Amino acid sequence: MKCLRAVSYVNGALTVNRTAGRASRQLSTALPRGTIASSSSLSPPRTQNPTQQLHRLPSKLCIPIRHASSTSCPSDLQKTPLYDLHLAHGGKMVPFGGFHMPVQYSSLSVSASHHFTRSHASLFDVSHMVQHRFSGPGSNAFLERITPASIAGLETHRSGLSTLLWPVTGGIVDDTIITRLGLESFYVVTNAACREKDLKYFEEQLAEFKNGGGEKVEWKILEGWGLVALQGPLSEDILSSVLVEPKETELRELYFGQSKFIKVKLLSGEASSPLLVSRGGYTGEDGFEISIPPTEAVAVTEALLQSATKERLQLAGLGARDSLRLEAGMCLYGHDLDDTTTPVESALSWVIGKDRRTSGGFHGSEVILRQLTSKSKGGSGVERRRIGLIVEGAPAREGADIVDEKGEKIGSITSGCPSPTLGKNIAMGYIKDGFHKAGTNLHVVVRGKKRKAQVTKMPFVPSKYWKGAAPA
Amino acid sequence: MASIVRSLRPVASRFAASSSRTARSWPISQFQARTFSASSAAQAKKYTKDHEWIELSEDKKTGYIGISEYAAHALGDVVYVELPTIPMEVAAGDSIGAVESVKSASDINSPISGTIVAVNDLLEERPGTINKGPEDESSAGGWVAKVEVSDAGIKDLDGLMDAAAYKEFTEEE
Repeated sequence: MKCLRAVSYVNGALTVNRTAGRASRQLSTALPRGTIASSSSLSPPRTQNPTQQLHRLPSKLCIPIRHASSTSCPSDLQKTPLYDLHLAHGGKMVPFGGFHMPVQYSSLSVSASHHFTRSHASLFDVSHMVQHRFSGPGSNAFLERITPASIAGLETHRSGLSTLLWPVTGGIVDDTIITRLGLESFYVVTNAACREKDLKYFEEQLAEFKNGGGEKVEWKILEGWGLVALQGPLSEDILSSVLVEPKETELRELYFGQSKFIKVKLLSGEASSPLLVSRGGYTGEDGFEISIPPTEAVAVTEALLQSATKERLQLAGLGARDSLRLEAGMCLYGHDLDDTTTPVESALSWVIGKDRRTSGGFHGSEVILRQLTSKSKGGSGVERRRIGLIVEGAPAREGADIVDEKGEKIGSITSGCPSPTLGKNIAMGYIKDGFHKAGTNLHVVVRGKKRKAQVTKMPFVPSKYWKGAAPA
Repeated sequence: MASIVRSLRPVASRFAASSSRTARSWPISQFQARTFSASSAAQAKKYTKDHEWIELSEDKKTGYIGISEYAAHALGDVVYVELPTIPMEVAAGDSIGAVESVKSASDINSPISGTIVAVNDLLEERPGTINKGPEDESSAGGWVAKVEVSDAGIKDLDGLMDAAAYKEFTEEE
């Protein structure tokens, strides 16, 4: 019965039935995120007191961890190469995207870990994400067909965020980072929670591409590889100190969105194989993501942790990762993005390459390109847009309604938490077009009460990407 | 506080190690003090499966409600506490407020039936108080609400756990 968790993946959100929860005690899947259906029908409220309505209203239960889609037994869950290392460091493991993943470690609370990342540096195991290689003469054309990215304009060892798109509708299948490794070679990372859907999508798309006369594309998944994210202001110092060839300028000249193969000194004194290191991440801080072959994942991670010491570098889990990315205004697929949402609606129009705006030719381009132009100017515009909000009083969590002055629903929250950095409640959501301008005042309903909120530009916390020295 | 249960698991093992210490250090010492001063154990602190506690006054007419040490620890830093509007008539299990941390939002449910007659306003200004002393019913403590106990409320107490049973319960989780 342990496998019958009270958490199930429904429409991309963890939904927990509270009544069931009370009945079965083992449901404490540590995954604290989900929507709680309250047991209202069992005990109707006897007064009209607004607080009492709490009991009737679905009460939101925010869990820092999302992507989580696992309804499987713990034994079905996979382990990343760093699983034992997490346990050794007091990692609290939870099912997440089909893997056992650390939500936090015993040394720091979620908010302490969040602050430590912004003041020092944290190391996140993100090996659950799916790493792919696409190569061959058709790879450029293939990626330009399934994403709106300017693949032709992507230089070697440059990366960019993009979106895999559904044909015709232009809905987002998943968000992804694409890195060009060579003329006909790409490194692509997709979300763990979308793994099955994405793999099926790639299979189908590759077959269609081939049937349509496309040139050869080779696709390989880097199964069992490690992927770690070193994030925070001390990241460059920490990584520099373990380089086999520590030229001072080496990392200084690796800017945000760039990548290179770098060897790392292992504790044994040996050098690692060349590791693909990309400058960037999911926290808004300067940092690196390091892709590591299966056999070296632990050794590279240990080299980073031990050389940096715990005063400067701590392991961080999914809890801090969620609040950090939210402060950075970044989307989490399955919550802030889904199959029915286009890049324009999700405020990701910037992922559409300039050349692609005229040439089109990607999945859903007819819908998406018309959305870029407002109705008044002859396009179709969009009905709803992703926005950031600062909410007064209670934090607004996923599922909360956004209402106008009259109390009419104009949108809903897709992610939200108290921001440890700002000391304010931040949230992301979708709102009716027209209400999306920064500074617009509206309300968010939390536990039956309207709370004041204001549309706010994202990122909520300024990003600190390394893009070279500021011009004098 | 059903939600708390869900957020407990990741920290359960860590907490198990420290819980015996904290549980012994003061909730139980208080419990002992009470049993010594009163002939009936009815006033002793009781706990719900959803991690609320209630402790009745000597005359059994009123009681303080709060969330347990275990729950406060599992939630992490509390950043917002929602308190009920008073007076408010409640049945056992009715939501009387909520507690929010970076990690999660959890309802606070009344352990027994009665009327909520006072709330701890301090928690509105300084929600972190709930982490410092979640089972402290002094003016500087992290208690949540004061309830006027109804007849049904007295009966509700029978269904709750005492400190020892609750400790065992949290260790199983």
